[in-house]
Amino acid sequence: MSIFDYTLKEIQAKLHNKELTVTDLVAASYDQIDRVEEELKSFITLNKEAALAQAKQLDQETNDTNNPLFGIPVGIKDNVLTKGLKTTGASKMLSNFDDPLFDATVVEKLNDAKTVMIGKLNMDEFAMGSSTENSAFSTTHNPWNIDYVPGGSSGGSAAAVAGREVFFSLGSDTGGSIRGPSSYCGVVGMKPTYGLVSRFGVIAFASSLDQVGTITKTVEDNAHVLQAIAGQDPMDQTTVAVDVPNYQDTLKDGVKGLKIAVPKEFLAEGVSEEVKQSVLDALKVYEDLGATWEEVTLPHSKYAVAAYYIISSGEASANLARFDGIRYGHRSENATDMIDLFKKSRSEGFGAEVKRRIMFGTLTQSAGYYDDYYHKAQQARRLIKADFDQLFEKYDVVIGPTTPTTAFKIGEQIDDSLTMYANDLLTIPVNLAGVPAISIPSGFSAETGLPFGLQIIGKHFAEDTVFRTAYAFEQATDHHTKRPNLGGAK
Amino acid sequence: MAKVTKDQVKKIADVARLDINEEETEVLVQQLSDMLSYADVLKDLDTEGVEPLYQVHEHTNVLRKDEPRQWITQDEALKNATIKKDGQFQVPSILE
Repeated sequence: MSIFDYTLKEIQAKLHNKELTVTDLVAASYDQIDRVEEELKSFITLNKEAALAQAKQLDQETNDTNNPLFGIPVGIKDNVLTKGLKTTGASKMLSNFDDPLFDATVVEKLNDAKTVMIGKLNMDEFAMGSSTENSAFSTTHNPWNIDYVPGGSSGGSAAAVAGREVFFSLGSDTGGSIRGPSSYCGVVGMKPTYGLVSRFGVIAFASSLDQVGTITKTVEDNAHVLQAIAGQDPMDQTTVAVDVPNYQDTLKDGVKGLKIAVPKEFLAEGVSEEVKQSVLDALKVYEDLGATWEEVTLPHSKYAVAAYYIISSGEASANLARFDGIRYGHRSENATDMIDLFKKSRSEGFGAEVKRRIMFGTLTQSAGYYDDYYHKAQQARRLIKADFDQLFEKYDVVIGPTTPTTAFKIGEQIDDSLTMYANDLLTIPVNLAGVPAISIPSGFSAETGLPFGLQIIGKHFAEDTVFRTAYAFEQATDHHTKRPNLGGAK
Repeated sequence: MAKVTKDQVKKIADVARLDINEEETEVLVQQLSDMLSYADVLKDLDTEGVEPLYQVHEHTNVLRKDEPRQWITQDEALKNATIKKDGQFQVPSILE
């Protein structure tokens, strides 16, 4: 048993009775990083000196055992600003952004809870990608088999938790960027309802879709972390004034009588046979626990990927206009005039995928394309959301796979954008509808040994129901207790 | 058949403030055409009378109190800029 197998609450008990110190936790993180980071490449920046100093200081304090996050080593996706700690968005554009001026609201909340920042995690550049191969710095590897991708864009966040480099991490999810990697890496990843968690200080990709979320080893831990970061923020006007329930109150209430909808489109063409079977096996577990399920339809889901790439690229083209080379970020040394400075700085600073999306987003919002593509995509979004609204009148949760297949090999899809985009087929409709969804470990491929992820979707702000449904399955199975066999892992 | 021309790609790059060479232009003609062809699935969708949905909660005009507060200083604002002079960001001359 390793220190990383304890839940957050168990760690608090051990800190309280002095079986463990915060310094032990932080040292365990950096020891594991020393062992496995060469294989995984989860991190862009480490924060070792400051983290060890902070640990020493926290060891002078007595932990509040009601705060599950006291002294816990955390990794943060590198599109989330951390005051004074380099934040790059995995882009050459921000490779010199050494000194961010403030913390994102979610980081401030973690600091208030006295977590310890271990480092900043790798990702696809500006969160655009499904494999973490679009990072300007390195490709992160899947802890279950380092020849495979960890998924993306929060690949570093998922790999670091699966590889036991941190106790939990934060990611962001615009079209599946938390759930996809969590599925590929066999960890628990939550994309909350749009508007539950502040994005202030998070580098914007597609503002009508972006949401910050939590990656952990267990459902209970995930609910603790989300509890700490959820809630309205005056600095993000899309956050909603809702009373956030205490997720622990209902976590263990079980699923007796729970009504599950299973969209036939989530078990259709494009989804591998073994992934389909893993979902059917999970549904059997739910039946045994007293839940019922029915096959339903999400008739407009087939339009989701197209609508998503139009909407997200359109918003990205506007959001990334801020990178001008002047106030911060890469500045070209070869420019002759002002416009040339913008163009050269941006062309040198952005990678191919980011440029492609800026181009596509600019194109589909231009005269002659706007009506057929951009406007139409926004209409499709209303129809996709209405499909979910209708299901949630009758059902408590919607369940399906998180990804159509298990992880693919590094290099296998990177030259084929449309194939890469199809990996997000089952996660994208959730972002368009703005509803919450979690991915939890649901078994392993007999062929490759790589993990499956089960996706559980709830209605707006029903994270409590999603966690309760996820917890029941997790406790009835042992998938979450399996660990990757990394070269250096204890 | 390509759905966008080289000239269109060059025009869009100019609007997006990107500098692309001939080779990149040709690649983008193909890739953007493929993406548009893929997006053409939306043409099968009947959206007659459907209002576009720009944001799921459809909030409008969310305001916060207009109160002055301490934020960042001028020095801090300049900290991450590559070229600065006399407390300001420096840019190439824009007047003849």
